[in-house]
Amino acid sequence: MQPAFSELHTRSVDARHLLARIHSFESMGTVDGPGTRFVVFLQGCQFRCNYCHNRDTWDPDAGRLYSVTDLFTEILPYIPFIDASGGGVTVSGGEPLLQREFVRVLFKAMNFQGIHTCLDTNGHVQASAYDEEMDKLLRSTDLVLLDIKHLDEQKHFAITQVGNRRTLRFARYLQEMNKATWIRHVVVPGQSDNPDDARRLAEFLAPMGNVEKVELLPYHTLGKHKWTEFESTYPLQDVAPPNREAMLALQAVFEEFDLVATIG
Amino acid sequence: MHLENLSEKPEENTEGVWAGFTPGNWQQNVDVRDFIQRNYTVYAGDSSFLCEATVRTRNLWGQVLELIKRENASGGPLDFDTEVPSSINSHAPGFIDRSLEKIVGLQTEAPLKRGIIPYGGIRMVQTSTEVYGKALSPRINEIFTKYRKTHNQGVFDAYDATIRKCRKVGVITGLPDAYGRGRIIGDCRRVALYGIDFLLKEKQKDKDSLDPAHIDEASIRLREELAEQLRALQSMKKMAASYGFDISRPATNAQEATQWTYFGYLAAIKSQNGAAMSIGRISTFLDIYMERDLAHGVLTEAEAQELVDDLVIKLRMVRFLRTPEYDELFSGDPTWVTESLGGVGEDGRPLVTKTSFRVLQTLYNLGPAPEPNLTVLWSDSLPANFKRFCARVSIDTSSIQYENDNLMRPKFGDDYGIACCVSAMRLGKQMQFFGARANLAKMLLYAINGGRDELLGVQIGPEMPVLPDAVLDFDTVMERFDTYMEWLARVYINTLNIIHYMHDRYSYESALMALHDTELVRTMACGVAGLSIVADSLSAIRHAEVRPVFDKHGVVVDFTVAGDFPRFGNNDDRVDSIAQDVVSRFMNHLRSNPTYRDSIPTQSILTITSNVVYGKKTGSTPDGRKSGEAFAPGANPMHGRDEKGALASLLSVAKLPYDDAEDGISYTMSIVPSALGRDDDSRMHNLISILDGYFLAKGHHVNVNVLNQQTLKDAMEHPEEHPQLTIRVSGYAVNFVKLTREQQLEVISRTFHENM
Repeated sequence: MQPAFSELHTRSVDARHLLARIHSFESMGTVDGPGTRFVVFLQGCQFRCNYCHNRDTWDPDAGRLYSVTDLFTEILPYIPFIDASGGGVTVSGGEPLLQREFVRVLFKAMNFQGIHTCLDTNGHVQASAYDEEMDKLLRSTDLVLLDIKHLDEQKHFAITQVGNRRTLRFARYLQEMNKATWIRHVVVPGQSDNPDDARRLAEFLAPMGNVEKVELLPYHTLGKHKWTEFESTYPLQDVAPPNREAMLALQAVFEEFDLVATIG
Repeated sequence: MHLENLSEKPEENTEGVWAGFTPGNWQQNVDVRDFIQRNYTVYAGDSSFLCEATVRTRNLWGQVLELIKRENASGGPLDFDTEVPSSINSHAPGFIDRSLEKIVGLQTEAPLKRGIIPYGGIRMVQTSTEVYGKALSPRINEIFTKYRKTHNQGVFDAYDATIRKCRKVGVITGLPDAYGRGRIIGDCRRVALYGIDFLLKEKQKDKDSLDPAHIDEASIRLREELAEQLRALQSMKKMAASYGFDISRPATNAQEATQWTYFGYLAAIKSQNGAAMSIGRISTFLDIYMERDLAHGVLTEAEAQELVDDLVIKLRMVRFLRTPEYDELFSGDPTWVTESLGGVGEDGRPLVTKTSFRVLQTLYNLGPAPEPNLTVLWSDSLPANFKRFCARVSIDTSSIQYENDNLMRPKFGDDYGIACCVSAMRLGKQMQFFGARANLAKMLLYAINGGRDELLGVQIGPEMPVLPDAVLDFDTVMERFDTYMEWLARVYINTLNIIHYMHDRYSYESALMALHDTELVRTMACGVAGLSIVADSLSAIRHAEVRPVFDKHGVVVDFTVAGDFPRFGNNDDRVDSIAQDVVSRFMNHLRSNPTYRDSIPTQSILTITSNVVYGKKTGSTPDGRKSGEAFAPGANPMHGRDEKGALASLLSVAKLPYDDAEDGISYTMSIVPSALGRDDDSRMHNLISILDGYFLAKGHHVNVNVLNQQTLKDAMEHPEEHPQLTIRVSGYAVNFVKLTREQQLEVISRTFHENM
């Protein structure tokens, strides 16, 4: 490994090599940020969302180990596609901030190449993590996709088994940095499709100033089969995806607050 | 691009039928390219000028659709001839609805009625007529079994025991030894530009200039061929006259140019039942006539579109009588009426015209269809508006394939066309001897089994001991494989030499060849199937532990694989380099064999759709594929093995050396609209970037299937034909064919019924 990385060893997953646990790659990501993107799915998540479509990324000890150099070599061949489409690299997961040193070095390397970087996160960051390292990571990040599952703490807990205070604090942190942010909000019938809840979320987001877009993602059942691989029961057995009318109604709520809201 | 600087034209020609055209060498000699280059008008604008189908067009197409519906319901041909072998003038003129048709001409006297063309082989005709419930006229049967030899009979007279065995076990398959070889493109634009009399004069000159002092087998053949060509040209005139047109002279307007060009093509499909009967590259040529008429105010945009719509209606009605087995091998009833659009000229000007748009517009005016096989010759320097329109049409209809113009132009110039799917050739100056393909996956098994067939246990290839190793060793297997590829290349070329000698002799394409130069380049177009299986198998042998499983006769019939190994389709050089190496090695073996008529050996990596049939005929392979499982189509990675998404897969394929696979490298990409982006605009934008990036990486061909619900259902039934259908929503991707049936149904209902 290159000696330049030596100062980063403190909290890396593997202190000697700065390796990250990676679930998988997608060389043609078209829905996680602008253009066609190389998407890196990192392993490990603190949330236990009952509709999770990437159930297989929860375990922080699973996946394959990659160094930044390995990953850079993987990304390199796609630069022509990235350039042609105005795309970039998106780090998703799992929760990428669990391996934030790795993400920071990776994004820094991308910055040098002029490649657009995007962080897809749940924002669940403990208070002690707001340090210089975090600032540096965000400075290397061109766009944040912040997932807000619910504004109401109890309802958030019901979905994720985790509270939302850290996520909301992270949102304010992004606001303070004036970091370009797209909010992602999964719409699950009975859990997060209430227009009043949507209104409160819109009220929260509207004054932030750094929110460029709200992506309303209709809940889908495509990840269901992944749960059976873990011999666990899919919690939303009987919940159907929201219908078009419900999605349009929610979109209208966000538009009332002059927010750009997209469906899907 | 500086289009405005290049549109400057020298003095216009003002006399006769060529009035208004820029003069040049094309007036003295047959030189369609020169005519196009001097006269075409680049169109860099958008699609807003296009017209929808007129009432007339909708009415006419409605009548054809009705017939097609009846044909589909019958499960076979609507009707077919049993009495008269088809030739240029065998049948009376046929019409759909004479009062509505702007372009006329059918293969027989009635729409969708199929002719019989027995010169390739009478057996195929007999079987077809029997299967579809009408007896072939005993007279025809007698003539073609007793008095007139066919190509098929000639071939089998000359095949030796080894060739017969290789053919039977499927080491070499799809050979054009019982039907027409096809893949020859007559330059039918010549009929419009020059008229038949000029072409007759030129061919007669060629014949007269043959050296009378030097008469050997080759020159005798050429004399006979030229006589046949002259006769075919006369026949074309007669055929056109029966429809009330005089094509002895050049076309004088857009309607005539379209009609004359189509007559040239019609002569071909009335006299040959080739596997692929491509039309060439006619759009930009026809555009010159349309531009002239539009400028003179004698044609409106709606009328120009009507001409194109009518021509395309005719091309959608091309039918041949073939056996159900043939249709199974080729999945349906394909004719490969390939029309190549776009591309860039050697001077840098895009060859995109308004008629390039008009031809694509037929997919809206008449609805999506596989024929004519619309092929866009892609270059990063195509006009942005044309790229956008292509992307939109692709997403809406899935009916376009793309090929790398920047890769082909240096080899074939800027007036080439695509025959069938991926075979480039200079129009009117080059033809190919179509050679189907050799099964390299099976050959790898022969290498391991010392030439014994893994399914039948019999000796087919040269005899060597079965590899005795408990664990296969890469170097040993590779050395053996190379030896067997060398043997296969020899048998394969020998087979093709026989086939094409006999085809020239008994089923010569005089109508097609009359629209070629007399001096021309011929290629021997070989092909391979099973490349990704071979690459993965060799990768498994090198990187994992592969143990052969022997049957009681000591033949290897299966393999156990322990450990992981890199798989083709993940942009991983450890295995991609093996695929590249195999392509080059086999090509070099092909090159070391003498060929019929000194044709230049080439190869394609293409299976069309017979990948299923190849799979059935091939035992278990060291990559873990089980006996009978389908191959991946063309150069595609095996389904489910590409784990890094579509671009990784594209880049693996792009590494295959085009110099050693000049007959084309085919890749099929299946994708649902949502996987291309969230909205129409980003989908178009992303598709364009994918094409630009893939072709910049020197990829040769890609079929873009943007799937609709019906195709997804088809993918459930035939996963092997949709190897990497990825369903994608934010942050989530899954390979469709890996899902259970229940999950697939869920995806289908979600993708097309629910909102994404």
